[in-house]
Amino acid sequence: FSSQTSSHSRLLLCTWEQDFAPEDLSLPNGTPVDTSSPASSSSLLNRLQLDDDLDGETRDLFVTVDDPKKHICTMETYITYRVTTKTTRAEFDLPEYSIRRRYQDFDWLRNKLEESQPTHLIPPLPEKFVMKGVVDRFSEEFVETRRKALDKFLKRIADHPVLSFNEHFNVFLTAKDLNAYKKQGMALLSKMGESVKYVTGSYKLRSRPLEFAAVGDYLDTFVLKLGTIDRIAQRIIKEELEYLVELREYGPVYSTWGGLEVELAEPLEGVSACIGNCCTALEELSDDMTEDFLPVLREYILYSESMKNVLKKRDQVQAEYEAKLEAVALKKEERPKMPADVEKCQDRVECFNADLKADMERWQNNKRQDFRQLLMGMADKNIQYYEKCLTAWESIIPLLQDKPETK
Amino acid sequence: MERPEAEPLSASGSCQAGEAEAEAGSGPAAEEPGGRAAGTMMEDCLSKKIEITVSEAEKRTGRNAMNMQEIYTAYLIETRAVESQTEGQCSPPDSLWRRYSEFELLRNYLLVNYPHIVVPPLPEKRAEFVWHKLSADNMDPDFVERRRIGLENFLIRVASHPIICQDKIFYSFLTQEGGWKEMVNETGFQLKAESRLKALNATFRVKNPDKRFTELKHYSDELQSVISHLLRVRARVADRLYGVYKVHGNYGRVFSEWSAIEKEMGDGLQSAGHHMDVYAASIDDILEEEEHYADQLKEYLFYAEALRAVCRKHELIQYDLEMAAQDLASKKQQCEELATGTLRTFSLKGMTSKLFGQESPEQREGKIKVLEEQIHDGEEQLKSKNVEGREFVKSAWADIERFKEQKNHDLKEALINYAVMQISMCKKGIQVWTNAKECFSKM
Repeated sequence: FSSQTSSHSRLLLCTWEQDFAPEDLSLPNGTPVDTSSPASSSSLLNRLQLDDDLDGETRDLFVTVDDPKKHICTMETYITYRVTTKTTRAEFDLPEYSIRRRYQDFDWLRNKLEESQPTHLIPPLPEKFVMKGVVDRFSEEFVETRRKALDKFLKRIADHPVLSFNEHFNVFLTAKDLNAYKKQGMALLSKMGESVKYVTGSYKLRSRPLEFAAVGDYLDTFVLKLGTIDRIAQRIIKEELEYLVELREYGPVYSTWGGLEVELAEPLEGVSACIGNCCTALEELSDDMTEDFLPVLREYILYSESMKNVLKKRDQVQAEYEAKLEAVALKKEERPKMPADVEKCQDRVECFNADLKADMERWQNNKRQDFRQLLMGMADKNIQYYEKCLTAWESIIPLLQDKPETK
Repeated sequence: MERPEAEPLSASGSCQAGEAEAEAGSGPAAEEPGGRAAGTMMEDCLSKKIEITVSEAEKRTGRNAMNMQEIYTAYLIETRAVESQTEGQCSPPDSLWRRYSEFELLRNYLLVNYPHIVVPPLPEKRAEFVWHKLSADNMDPDFVERRRIGLENFLIRVASHPIICQDKIFYSFLTQEGGWKEMVNETGFQLKAESRLKALNATFRVKNPDKRFTELKHYSDELQSVISHLLRVRARVADRLYGVYKVHGNYGRVFSEWSAIEKEMGDGLQSAGHHMDVYAASIDDILEEEEHYADQLKEYLFYAEALRAVCRKHELIQYDLEMAAQDLASKKQQCEELATGTLRTFSLKGMTSKLFGQESPEQREGKIKVLEEQIHDGEEQLKSKNVEGREFVKSAWADIERFKEQKNHDLKEALINYAVMQISMCKKGIQVWTNAKECFSKM
């Protein structure tokens, strides 16, 4: 599983000062203000609230991805998913929406979010490119795995106190014709002459805030361990499938033997059937692991890579600020006040730090819950497998012990 | 003039192998020592009187037939009278050492002297159907241990057989250390050994075999084939299962490493990793136990061969009988021709006499007399061969019935044990994963 360098590792960074005129209404963290409704300070404050309530009672936005359908057109064949939204939020005109989206729409959304919310951690998408011939893009299993990942992607955004209010997210959930909006957005971008910068390398900083210092190392090790677990899980699945191949030959031999015998015919047939049941159970186990376990692992690897990039971005912002600070210090003028742009920079750093800190905590919590669930799920599947086999073998004991009627 | 036919040997009614139980009951069981009423006969079996164990195995060095040094394993056979134990005394057992080749000698002796008995097989000479972790080396301690058990099982089987348990050579094998080999060889059994039976693939053109034996031979061939297949696949299954369990051990290590960088999740991960190690380690015992099941199957694989040998013996007897009858018939015909002067069949003698003139009456008389003597002898021989053939069929079939019951009983038990093993393995699996799940829940 090598292609972790997807679009997520490539960063789009806007340099705000040049691209946004001071009169633009935008919050320091880049979130565009929704001008359609009166921007009262209280509602603004609400949006900035960083602790999010995850229990259903206070949640006011529910998103689901389901019902995959195949579309066959002359140019291409693709899958769309139904995205259903239920909400009481004022930002939405209607309480319910149901539209269909395809993968490239999700990809577009993610890119937009990264652009417009650079100080936040954007959840990962499942892999964009799949090798044709190796994976069947239209198989039930693949589509279902992707659907689950897309569902999780939107839910994570919907649960985020800042990202869920993003304009692009809103349009994604509601617009009948997303492509028209996309084209609009492109025009706007070119108009504003957005410049893009790749973030490479690390920045020399005076000191990183405590909370960010250790995270980078943690993430590096974490990603390594996840990679190892992924490889182990794959190996186990491979071994299980090879075991299955042998079992499939093993069971029928008992049946053949039973055909030769009289008194032993039933017991031997019973053993054969039993082994057959174990084969079915084993197949279910390895399918489950392939469909549910591996994708989530890989998602977290992507998530961690995303996180690392956001941290780098933050480092860059801090580096810029520090550079400006130095430049000012070198000018030996006696200025009572900091120049406006340096102050703006400082604001940016502080906002970024606040946003990222909150996101990191959220990420850590979610990570703990997600892995707890994932690993418990793995244990559960194995328990179920053994329970199925146990039932099969226990049920033939009476058959084996049965004494034939004396003739 | 009628040709004395070999009596049809499809005995009382045509018997299918499947109706064995009904058939056996009506057989003349009471007359035969190896008869159907095995229950009452078991009391006389040696196994009831003495307890036999093969308790130890030891490496020895010695010199082989070509006076070259060799290493072999010797096995300690201990025998103890059963009565002495029930009385509360525990007298020390008698014991002697034997090596595998001596067991082979004993078995060959039994095969020759009891051709109508399905003689219990020995454990395999070389390790076969091994899966990769086991050694195929005869000196490997695990192999030696399983062979020890197999040899003990062989001795108990022989001692439990109503007929062969009474054999003196067998008894000496158990009790007389020195000079046993010489004693066996002195019986001259090797001379009796039917070399024709050794040619396993030779077919005798038997015109009138007992159909039951023909079917039984076919069955034994099929049985050998299916058990071999089963053992081969089982070994591969064991190999794969081993792989699955062992790879899980890697989780133990990685969870441990991961737990080091986590705060809240650390403990749960660490202890779950420990359970993964336990899981990976558990497969060793599981597969070792399964080897016993494989050994039980192997015993019957080799038993199938013993069964086949009895069928072959029947074929041979029947063949000899038919040949003798044929020979007698032709002699009788010759006699008739000489007596009546008519040539019924083409014979070289007849042609030469036509070409070179007839023989003198005296010559003819002489020939007739010789032939009549031969015919008389031949008739006696045929009679006894017939009796021999019939008796063989009776006693062999009786032992085959006994064997069938034993086989059904033993294999059923083997299957039950196998199922029990699988159940135990499943329960262990559930336990380990439940423990791991609990650890994960504390993450």
